[in-house]
Amino acid sequence: MAVTLTERAAKHVSTFIAKRGKGVGVRIGVKTSGCSGMSYKLEFADEAAPEDVVFECHGVKVLVDPKSLPYVDGTELDFAREGLNEGFKFNNPNVKDQCGCGESFNV
Amino acid sequence: MALLQISEPGMSAAPHQHRLAVGIDLGTTNSLVATVRNGIAVVLQDEVGRSLLPSIVRYKADGGVDVGYAAQGTQATDPRNTIVSAKRFMGRGLKDVSHIESMPYDFLDAEGMVRLRTVAGVKSPVETSAEILRVLRERAEASLGGELVGAVITVPAYFDDAQRQATKDAAKLAGLNVLRLLNEPTAAAIAYGLDNASEGVYAVFDLGGGTFDISILKLSRGVFEVLATNGDASLGGDDFDQRVYCWILDDARITFPSIEDTRRLLLKAREAKEMLTSHDEAPIHAELGTGQAVDLTLKIDTFADITRTLISKTLGPTRKALRDAGLTVNDIKGVVMVGGATRMPQVQRAVAEYFKQEPLTNLDPEKVVALGAAMQANVLAGNRAGADDWLLLDVIPLSLGLETMGGLTEKVITRNSTIPIAKAQEFTTFKDGQTAMSFHVVQGERELVSDCRSLAKFELRGIPPMVAGAARIRVTFQVDADGLLAVSAREMTSGVEASITVKPSYGLTDDEIAGMLKESIDHVGDDVQARNLREQQVEAQRLVEAVEAALAADGRLLRVEERADIDEEIAALRKRIAGADHRAIKAGIDSLNAATQDFAARRMDQGIKRALTGQKIVEFKI
Repeated sequence: MAVTLTERAAKHVSTFIAKRGKGVGVRIGVKTSGCSGMSYKLEFADEAAPEDVVFECHGVKVLVDPKSLPYVDGTELDFAREGLNEGFKFNNPNVKDQCGCGESFNV
Repeated sequence: MALLQISEPGMSAAPHQHRLAVGIDLGTTNSLVATVRNGIAVVLQDEVGRSLLPSIVRYKADGGVDVGYAAQGTQATDPRNTIVSAKRFMGRGLKDVSHIESMPYDFLDAEGMVRLRTVAGVKSPVETSAEILRVLRERAEASLGGELVGAVITVPAYFDDAQRQATKDAAKLAGLNVLRLLNEPTAAAIAYGLDNASEGVYAVFDLGGGTFDISILKLSRGVFEVLATNGDASLGGDDFDQRVYCWILDDARITFPSIEDTRRLLLKAREAKEMLTSHDEAPIHAELGTGQAVDLTLKIDTFADITRTLISKTLGPTRKALRDAGLTVNDIKGVVMVGGATRMPQVQRAVAEYFKQEPLTNLDPEKVVALGAAMQANVLAGNRAGADDWLLLDVIPLSLGLETMGGLTEKVITRNSTIPIAKAQEFTTFKDGQTAMSFHVVQGERELVSDCRSLAKFELRGIPPMVAGAARIRVTFQVDADGLLAVSAREMTSGVEASITVKPSYGLTDDEIAGMLKESIDHVGDDVQARNLREQQVEAQRLVEAVEAALAADGRLLRVEERADIDEEIAALRKRIAGADHRAIKAGIDSLNAATQDFAARRMDQGIKRALTGQKIVEFKI
């Protein structure tokens, strides 16, 4: 299993990192908070921690800390546009139910 | 599910806690909204991909409002209800607005700020600006998928208290929480990342549609400070269009064009100007209402010739700003270009020549202010780690002070002081037993209150009666980060207090600010004279009152002829006070002092005698 990016998501991540001027990749994880139990963490990664699990997809490194991995394993990160809004979307097979807006979820 | 953005390391937002913040460039001609997404500042576009929102609001008879492009079309057909450049009226009284006679609006002079009578009722410029801000807020919320926590809104560096307050009021009306007002040049410098650059002095050259501003910024230890600003409130890209338009009329021998033809040709002039930024010549084709065909070619050299004086008009204020900052061209480390008109190659060349270096032009000059504001908003909303927080310092454009006896200004905070700032000064009573004091807050560089701008008046009551000069009244002037002034006065022994927040009923136009500065320089000599005179007059008045009080109390200590001498001296001094020769008054003061010396000595002896009478020697502790 792994964490993957769609090609579109990977392209956007690379552009953002290039414009930001630093960063080794993108960090994905979960936090225990929110109305439905857990929420996603999506951050630039400036350096990899020794315990990180690192995936590479379309030339972008995805870093996941081992504690978060069981909750996001198999996730595909996509980039979507909805009207004027645009951003990243988690397609996570582990999710059992989520709050209305999908910002927090349960496994 | 919700669409997420990539955060800085460790800054992921909790669900439903996204700190969405935007930067807004509320311009005279166009406005923009920008935000930081995935670590990058971007301008947010409307449904059809346009970044700019023309700062135009049209009020309709049915109560509806059109904003931006929708209102642009009706500028010609419904000029009275289509408000352009509302920014020029923000915080302005009727007499502060220049060229009011050539504007198509139905102005009403109301207290504090002009109002415009429209088909939908009387509107203030604050309401009109709020309509623009509301559209930008809605665009931002649709783009970011949530409610905004706040916005940074940019204002010209020379905006005074009234104009800044009006901008804040407009934001409030539009449902925006203002995180901070930010000076436009500072925002541009931030967009260029100069805050991360090496320390030094930078110039921001902003030639917009109708206004020109030059600002000198100093960056030290990551802090921006506006050293000086200058400009021309009626110089911009539109003037270049106007020059080309006149050239067309001249060359095509057109006299008295109709309104439609004028509009048509102005549009052609503008297109030609824009074409010349990347071409050596521009064709101008038009057919007039009279059937006459215009078929001309504008060469870049001709364009440069007819607009040369406009470009040189930007250099005067630039020189002045440098001189105000006490700097020369060699001190400038970088030049930032702002405003669509700086795309013209000859503007860039003139700036490069003057500053002896190539200006920064790689960011879109029309977007750079909004981008910088967005970056600042992102920091203030707490989306970046604390280490690189900016603290932005701005300056106040004119000195703030109080009126003192004799109509003189006592400057408490001097011009170009960085804000936020608080300064306190102690004042005292002028008369014995004085229990109230009135404070008159003024703004300006001149020595006499009558030559400065009055901002506010308030009174401190309940001062315990004391002899003149014994009360200690501490007056504190405080200017917050947005440039708003609060003044408080406190009598130190009793603790009585009074204060006022200055929300001046009137603002100053930048022309006026420039005018006031110029006057203060031109009148240095007169002002010194005037100050000397008033000081001597006040001193003489004080002395006369003191002597008269003494005569009333102890006049019997004097022989008749001594009394007559003193009375004569007083009368002579009174006469001199009314005159305008401060040296004569000074001589009169000295003379009265000399004439009353004996009298003063006798009063003292008598006072001591009185104090000692009836006391036993043992009661004295030596």
